Amino acid sequence: MTRIRVATTWLDGCSGCHMSFLDIDENIIQLFDRIELVYSPLVDFKTIPENIDLALVEGAVSSEADKEEILTLRSRSKVLISFGDCAVTANVPGMRNQFSVMETLSRAYIENSASGQILPSGFVPKLLEYSRPVHEYVTVDLFLPGCPPPAGVILSILNDLIDGRPLSLGGKTRFGA
Amino acid sequence: MTIEELQDIGKIEKEKQEGFKYRIHVCVAAGCLSSQSGLVKEALEKEVARRGLESWALVKGVGCLGLCTAGPMVAIEPDGLLYQGVSVSDASDILEALGGPPVNRLDCSAHLPFFARQRKIVLENCGHIDPESIEDYVAEGGYEGLYNALRTMTPAGVIEQITKSGLRGRGGAGFPTGLKWTAVSKTKSNVKFVICNADEGDPGAFMDRSVLESDPHRVLEGMAIAGLAVGANYGFVYVRAEYPLAVKRIRTAIARAERLGVLGRNIFNTTFSFDVTVRLGAGAFVCGEETALIASIEGRRGSPRPRPPFPSELGLWGYPTLINNVETFANVPPIIRKGGAWFASIGTEKSKGTKVFALAGRVNNTGLIEAPMGTTLREIVFDIGGGVTGDRKFKAILTGGPSGGCIPAQFLDMSMDYESLAQVGAIMGSGGLIVMDDSSCMVDVAKFFIEFCMSESCGKCVPCRVGTVQIYNLLKRITEGGGKPSDIELLEELCDLVKNTSLCGLGQTAPNPVLSTMRYFMDEYKAHIEDKVCPAGTCHMNPTE
Amino acid sequence: MRYPAFLQRIADRADVQPVRILTFSINGQAVSAREDETILSVARENGISIPTLCHLDGLSERGACRLCIVEIKGSPKLSPSCVTLPRQDMEVITNSDRVLDYRRKILELLFTERNHICSVCVSNGHCDLQSLTTELGMTHVHYDYLHTRHAVDASHERFSVDHNRCVLCQRCIRVCEEIEGAHTWDVMGRGYLSKVITDLNQPWGESTSCTGCGKCVQVCPTGALSEKGKSVAEMTKKRQFLPYLKLMRGDESR
Repeated sequence: MTRIRVATTWLDGCSGCHMSFLDIDENIIQLFDRIELVYSPLVDFKTIPENIDLALVEGAVSSEADKEEILTLRSRSKVLISFGDCAVTANVPGMRNQFSVMETLSRAYIENSASGQILPSGFVPKLLEYSRPVHEYVTVDLFLPGCPPPAGVILSILNDLIDGRPLSLGGKTRFGA
Repeated sequence: MTIEELQDIGKIEKEKQEGFKYRIHVCVAAGCLSSQSGLVKEALEKEVARRGLESWALVKGVGCLGLCTAGPMVAIEPDGLLYQGVSVSDASDILEALGGPPVNRLDCSAHLPFFARQRKIVLENCGHIDPESIEDYVAEGGYEGLYNALRTMTPAGVIEQITKSGLRGRGGAGFPTGLKWTAVSKTKSNVKFVICNADEGDPGAFMDRSVLESDPHRVLEGMAIAGLAVGANYGFVYVRAEYPLAVKRIRTAIARAERLGVLGRNIFNTTFSFDVTVRLGAGAFVCGEETALIASIEGRRGSPRPRPPFPSELGLWGYPTLINNVETFANVPPIIRKGGAWFASIGTEKSKGTKVFALAGRVNNTGLIEAPMGTTLREIVFDIGGGVTGDRKFKAILTGGPSGGCIPAQFLDMSMDYESLAQVGAIMGSGGLIVMDDSSCMVDVAKFFIEFCMSESCGKCVPCRVGTVQIYNLLKRITEGGGKPSDIELLEELCDLVKNTSLCGLGQTAPNPVLSTMRYFMDEYKAHIEDKVCPAGTCHMNPTE
Repeated sequence: MRYPAFLQRIADRADVQPVRILTFSINGQAVSAREDETILSVARENGISIPTLCHLDGLSERGACRLCIVEIKGSPKLSPSCVTLPRQDMEVITNSDRVLDYRRKILELLFTERNHICSVCVSNGHCDLQSLTTELGMTHVHYDYLHTRHAVDASHERFSVDHNRCVLCQRCIRVCEEIEGAHTWDVMGRGYLSKVITDLNQPWGESTSCTGCGKCVQVCPTGALSEKGKSVAEMTKKRQFLPYLKLMRGDESR
């Protein structure tokens, strides 16, 4: 049986959705008979490959780097899932959206910093004006809300997708979760 | 008071005025006052005194003469002369010319079609009578309608005449007035109210203001007749505080009418009493919606409530209440005086009588006009309005203000009536007309009006409160060059949502300017979105995102 | 139906006439009802669910959130079921595609308006707004978020208000005015700038009319009003007092 090529990525988020993915415990063994993880923070590939069957995106689009990543990933993936609240709603990263980028940065790096008191520049990607959900940049095929989405839901959605069953969240996960 | 006594008051007033060989009418409505007609009147009075002509020439302040664009306006009776753009320094020449050839430089005859094409019922006294003199109103047959209604008709008979006249609400929706009156009269209650809605809020509209400033007694008489017909003894005039002159004149009118015994206790020595109180609104657009208006009079926050129950059942303080617009009440006295059949003979099959319009925008003759229902847009814009300013090309006319629609040139020969307007996606509204030429960007126009509705939404229901912001943001983005092709579909979706799910008329009609401009000027939307170009050159396109 | 107090006095007068019983249908199911019951209450009595947000049993109706809209056969207009009374032989449809679609969009609009971040909310898991997303099948918001800025007022010694989470349902205003009788809460501003305020926009802690009863906190559908000291997902609301109060005051007869 050919394994489907899965990519996961981690934009502006806490990695909790990836942790929840790993929480499928021993099921991961059977799952990996069916999928091949071709790109992910969980593995060591550095560039986004071509011909991805399924992409899971965790996190909001907050910086130039996030934007580039999501545009490339979308162009190389057949199906793309907004994976968790940050990807779906911008969630906690989006809480800065009522403030300007400058206000946010100076709160973090100047007001609340005991030493240094310098704004980051150059070596970290530039923040966008707003932290936005993934679907404001690219087409999203499925929304999987939850902070994080429960492990069982992740597993069943993946299996449904692979088996070609109709997808339904059926209230199994929700915002906040 | 008997009818003879009333008519005597009128007769004496008429004789008094006709005793003067010349009567110089100076417009003292808000438009002309703002261009110093008050000083012109003073100068004319001084000049009359200086020449010792006090018994020969009368200087009289009158209501709106209509052609606001050419103010201050002065009319010379009985010659029927009309002067425009009169200033203080013209006083001497005007008096000098009495009885001789007119002052050419002030001549207004070029605007003849402006006056010739109109037919005045509501505005019949505007520009003729002194709005602060009840005797002047009585001299023109004022309060005879009320007398007839009281002494010779039954309440049911009054309603029958109103129903027969085919009069429809002039505030916007065009609900048949006879039906409304019938509903209130049939609701059983010891206490009922009549409210005159003078909370005129459309940008560019000044019909109600002009009527109140120029002929306030007509409105009071209409309200009293309505009170008699539906069984109400108390009336409220809800007028916005931004109309100080209208407020002053309606208050003066109430005081004088009470003194004469045509308002207040035992009107015309009958058992019928009708008291009118003025309530000031703080200028919220939503308070023109009847349930919000009622809440505001009650001293509560001016936000609408769902209907039913309609005010005819549960209105002011829970009592049955009749609410009509200023212009609707102003139509009542002539209908009672001349009969419903007379009124029904004017206008179209389903829209009877005349309509007052405030003509504004890129048109030569801006001002207050009245035309029979069924007059075409072309007659209004090009004959009465004198065409588009600066020889530019007519592009569209907006009717009904922020709740209305933009009608493009291909419908210029359409008749102005409730049904035809609805067919092209516009509404009659309260009568504001804004003419636009090819220098107006229709996307920008839509943005302007949705911004108005967004800021004036009361915030009670979700679709209107948030939906209007979403629509505004999309239009803002499009006019700044950041529009996406998918925005069109999103706009249509949001307009549909706000229109169909909002609580009151404000939200339900707020998308109309957007929908009508999308219907007729989609090419302009596309130019903004796809080519990042504003064809009219109004929008500063700055496609950064 | 319960009108606001000022209308209720009048509505009461009409009660001298016996109330008629009507029959009509909801989603094809025949139901009977008193003529003064709302479509919403009849539907719920018959096990037909209609989503609501501003409605709360025991408070006067607002008809403001528009989530309970239903279709009535023969009318192009949608009617808010919380304030619409049935008529004989009326055919009500609560679950047409059109209605479901509008409800979801209205809910999305609510989420764009302020900053409803469920994951870090005191009411996470006990929130009416959050539950509505699953009830209405809303998995994401396809409109732009408005990114509005709102304050938190924690000046009261026991409670706080986070305007980021307020949906302007006015339940707090109604319970304070109609049940507690204090009328501490009201709305200021217009449109999307509307805001619930205590007294004349003084800090809650300085309100002289607030009795500190906390009813507003309990009826608030979201985490906008909460008890101090509650962390994420810890704020459960106790609303049992409302039916009891209604019963004790003899309001239940209506």
